[in-house]
Amino acid sequence: MMTTTLYVPRDTTALALGADTVAARLERAARQRAIDLRIVRNGSRGLCWLEPLVEVETPEGRVAFGPVEPEDVDALIEAGLFEGRQDHPLSLGLTESIPYLKAQQRLTFSRIGITDPVSLEDYTALRGFEGLRNALAFDSQTIIDEVKASGLRGRGGAAFPTAIKWQTVHDQPQGQKYIVCNADEGDSGTFADRLVMECDPYLLIEGMAIAGLAVGATQGYVYLRSEYPVAHAIFEEAISRAYRADYLGDDILGSGRAFHLEVRLGAGAYICGEETSLLESLEGKRGLVRAKPPLPAIEGLFGRPTVVNNVLSLAAVPFILDHGGRTYADYGMGKSRGTLALQLAGNVERGGLVELAFGVTLRELMENFGGGTSSGRPLKAVQVGGPLGAYLPESQWDSPIDYEGFAAFGGVVGHGGVVMFDDSADMGDQARFAMEFCSVESCGKCTPCRIGAVRGVEVIDRIRAGERAEENLVLLADLCETMVDGSLCAMGGMTPFPVQSVMKHFPDDLTPRQARTAGGTPC
Amino acid sequence: MPHASPQTAGAWTPAQIQDVIDAHKSMPGAMLPTLHAIQDRFGHIPEAAIPIIAESLRHTRADVHGIISFYHHFRTRPPGRNVVQVCRAEACQARGCRQLESHVKAALGVDYHHTTNDGEITLEPVYCLGNCACGPTMRVNDDIYGRMTTAKFDRLAEGLTATVVEVK
Repeated sequence: MMTTTLYVPRDTTALALGADTVAARLERAARQRAIDLRIVRNGSRGLCWLEPLVEVETPEGRVAFGPVEPEDVDALIEAGLFEGRQDHPLSLGLTESIPYLKAQQRLTFSRIGITDPVSLEDYTALRGFEGLRNALAFDSQTIIDEVKASGLRGRGGAAFPTAIKWQTVHDQPQGQKYIVCNADEGDSGTFADRLVMECDPYLLIEGMAIAGLAVGATQGYVYLRSEYPVAHAIFEEAISRAYRADYLGDDILGSGRAFHLEVRLGAGAYICGEETSLLESLEGKRGLVRAKPPLPAIEGLFGRPTVVNNVLSLAAVPFILDHGGRTYADYGMGKSRGTLALQLAGNVERGGLVELAFGVTLRELMENFGGGTSSGRPLKAVQVGGPLGAYLPESQWDSPIDYEGFAAFGGVVGHGGVVMFDDSADMGDQARFAMEFCSVESCGKCTPCRIGAVRGVEVIDRIRAGERAEENLVLLADLCETMVDGSLCAMGGMTPFPVQSVMKHFPDDLTPRQARTAGGTPC
Repeated sequence: MPHASPQTAGAWTPAQIQDVIDAHKSMPGAMLPTLHAIQDRFGHIPEAAIPIIAESLRHTRADVHGIISFYHHFRTRPPGRNVVQVCRAEACQARGCRQLESHVKAALGVDYHHTTNDGEITLEPVYCLGNCACGPTMRVNDDIYGRMTTAKFDRLAEGLTATVVEVK
């Protein structure tokens, strides 16, 4: 009897929308019909709005249906799901031909959604660990030179050249060194780190092992936020399988080289996404930001030379070592080379992951990929780069996305999160929230951030209540400047960006009359 | 990472705490893994466990208290049978989480960081669960729910209460 193969994703978004129930109903229906069914719990393709995206294998390729709710299962089967017929309204045709997916340049995310995330066979069948094999054959300087040639810059937000960081750690005297992966993906609107860890976890393991070989580090830590229970479970499973297959351990693939990897969970502190705060937390302390210098590359975790890279930086490395740094650098524009994982979120019709070379404009992204707002109302503002990024008005949606271009008008590419807001958004609320969030999440070490954020909320409340609004607006502008200039790290230093952008581009929302219709929500 | 199960929440002995500490204390930077393990097992980190942790990990009590209080995730009092987290971050705001959170607070009759009178549900805010394309998002214990509406929440809350009754 022929086996029917179905794919039902198991990333957080698919699960949050009922994928487990969908899978269970499919199984039950197959049993009732005596159909030999194999369900692969794959990762997500990153087409979040179509989740749960159910695929069926056919001779022509995988055919997709979505979004499939548990209640749709019976009708789908009646319409020939198991046979791959495409008559049902949820049919999307061949997965690979879905325009949203087809138009992307997936270098880092080439495997997500295609494979069973914890299957080593699936991973190696699609060039997995080829980069690591090359790295094992290279000397450490050659690995670093390859990354240098790629032009890769830190994808966590700071955009610092990855190879320079690695070179610094490499050049420190021999002894214990560490690779630390920052998986504290706390920016609202970002989920690409999560997709790597849930949908292609070996990619991160491979990237970290390569980094270890490059700088002479034998121990790696992934600092993962506790808000990601699914990523945690899948990644732990992948680590233990990688150890059993000698991709991790004392003798990687018989090379005599060692690399060990461990996950450490954060505990709900946004500030621990800042690299020095993260290191403090890993050491078991309060996540207070450290003054720099010394740089972590010289004195990092437990005082030892440490590479701290974002998930996406490390996840870009296997491609670079497999295909060569120049191939990666062929993508992109100016000093922003390679691809960027953009994440369309918020009030968007077609939210999801869009991996493209640097250079696409926000408007192309939000309209061609995103399809506008999910509410159908006009777009009002977009926040790029997380809670510390400015709210961009329509006049700024046509600049190509690259680090320098965005910086030129005060924008932040950050971790690539794009959060869209329709015209019902009250930007005064958003400005207030930026300050409120900082007051909740500030580590408290420096005064401008700790006190400034609290004062920021108060001043915005006064403005909106009509208490000497003019004077208080001047005070708010002054407070923002103090925070930008006087804070130790990006938390206090950038919290004013969204506030200043509201003052500049949406001043009407910061006038007293707005206060009548919408107030902030006290925590 | 299992959360507190109703049977164990609140119940602990110093010997049990010591066992958990001993299983973790040789790790480099053992403090967070230890605190996580205690909270996972007992639902919270009892105040009275702080001296035991401090002594075993060679910290002062003030240090341990400072660490626990720094991180939003850790709690020193037992939570309700279920922990409900509502995402308050921007991507969910853009999809109406402010209305959702008002509804949740009103429906449960508690504000954030509080537990319903019947001890069923502890309500907490959370800043991003990574489901930003399909919000508003909530987490109930270890399950995440997307595209939440007030009606979906009401059904969910009813189910939580009903399940507990069935178990008993």
